[in-house]
Amino acid sequence: MNHFPQAWGRPRDDIYGPYDSSHLHSSLPQSHTQSPAVTGTSVLGVKFKDGVVIAADNLASYGSLARFTDVKRLRTFAGTSVIGFGGDVSDMQYLDRLLQSLDIRENYSSHGHSLNAKNLHTYLAKIFYKRRSDFNPLWNNVLVAGLDDEGKPFLSQADLLGTTFSAPTLATGFGAHLAQPLLRRLVPHDEGSVKDVTREMAIDAVKECMKVLFYRDARSSDRYSIAVVTKEGEIEMKEDEKLEGQSWAFADMIRGYGTQVN
Amino acid sequence: MTSIGTGYDLSNSVFSPDGRNFQVEYAVKAVENGGTCIGIRCKEGVVLAVEKIIVSKLLKPGANKRIATVDRNVGIVTSGLLPDGRHLTSRARDEASSWRRTYKSPIPINALAGRLGGYVQAYTLYSSVRPFGVTAIMGGWDTEGELEVDGQVGTGPTSGGGGKINDHDIGEKISRGGPGLYMIEPSGQYWGYYGAATGKGRQAAKSELEKLDLASPTNNLTLNEAVKEAARIIYVAHEDSKDKEFELEMTWISHEGGPTKGRHEEVPKELFDAAVKAAKKAMPEYDDSDDEQGEEGGDQMQE
Repeated sequence: MNHFPQAWGRPRDDIYGPYDSSHLHSSLPQSHTQSPAVTGTSVLGVKFKDGVVIAADNLASYGSLARFTDVKRLRTFAGTSVIGFGGDVSDMQYLDRLLQSLDIRENYSSHGHSLNAKNLHTYLAKIFYKRRSDFNPLWNNVLVAGLDDEGKPFLSQADLLGTTFSAPTLATGFGAHLAQPLLRRLVPHDEGSVKDVTREMAIDAVKECMKVLFYRDARSSDRYSIAVVTKEGEIEMKEDEKLEGQSWAFADMIRGYGTQVN
Repeated sequence: MTSIGTGYDLSNSVFSPDGRNFQVEYAVKAVENGGTCIGIRCKEGVVLAVEKIIVSKLLKPGANKRIATVDRNVGIVTSGLLPDGRHLTSRARDEASSWRRTYKSPIPINALAGRLGGYVQAYTLYSSVRPFGVTAIMGGWDTEGELEVDGQVGTGPTSGGGGKINDHDIGEKISRGGPGLYMIEPSGQYWGYYGAATGKGRQAAKSELEKLDLASPTNNLTLNEAVKEAARIIYVAHEDSKDKEFELEMTWISHEGGPTKGRHEEVPKELFDAAVKAAKKAMPEYDDSDDEQGEEGGDQMQE
């Protein structure tokens, strides 16, 4: 009889036959998230001379179903930064908790400096890159709005691959195609134009783009959140805004649109 | 101690015939020589204060903080062996973050006190460890607002199944959260307090705390007053070891609508300075000229 420890507690091979280990190995390789489930659409961000404006609608879609209509996709961190999340909502919740725990740990000692938007963006991008390198990506595309180390307005993007990008105007998802070209009219000379953009101009441009996105993006909603981060580090967040001044006159001419089938 | 030398004090977890654990009692002795720590719990929040004896003139003033933050809404200060206190604080932080991982919300103050009490008590049970040489005072605020789930994205239904219970549904104001102040001793014993004191000057501090009448339901001590009282009590408790210089450290936690918005923070400099000034003024041997000497003369004015 086999007295080796490997055989302890196991049915005896000579009586029951060798152990059938085939079920321990599935025929498929292990796989992680291949596609997001419940998703949020575009996030828009614009820098102006004294801060940053960021906006996203309040919808979370399940495929093409408008599943949740009061979802806050703009989230504040460390009191002075706002992150707008596009993509998977459960991954957003995971990142929210991760960043909150980071903030808690950061404040254990009272050394007098706290996480700014630039820190959060760097951290997030590294998390994204780590997860995509594990073939287990966090399915998000985020905009980080706030202030950098020198207290200047900061706006940057990070996506599920860990790619980062910065510009005075940014948009994720559908907005990257529909809103970004419109927003760029505000800043013809890129970063050099930011000093000429006022808070009102930035807010108006973002609101206009939210409207265009609602017209054209079938995964969007007319309820949205908009936040302004100012140079003083204050955040003015409005979480239940409704699109104003819509005109659907153009839809009249379009056949096969909505309930009109032909 | 008459029982010293009987052998029952050599190993932890061993009872003496009259039912005492001497190792725990010796640990209490370590605390009795530590810097005085106090906590005051009032309706608006909690104040923690500690008397830090300056052991060397080469130490940087204001560095080497003794009051630690746990999660966002809890502060812990310990008296006794400082490294033991650091370890206990670290454990408290682990407990708080593991609570968050499980329940997606901040740990209630009473639950944290329970976890720490259990942890400290475990160190009285085995011969391979010694008890904690610290008594910890823990103050915090459980939010009085509706408790959000970490990472929550929506508000949920406003009525019906899964809806919320509002004040008018039950015909009275829903009472949630509030201040919490606990003291955990080397035995693992912990009680909730209105005012707590430990360390060298605890007797004087306790009698001062009792005068504040904190337990009375009609007590209306404000948080700012509590800060001033805390500073004064540390100064009073320092009377017996006047030959040693000390530094005062104070933190506070207010309700959500108050100055710290439910967070544990250092008392801001302005209020701190005012509290120290008032504390010095209240001392019996206070001399008007002390002020001017201290502010203008600096070091060379001292003897």
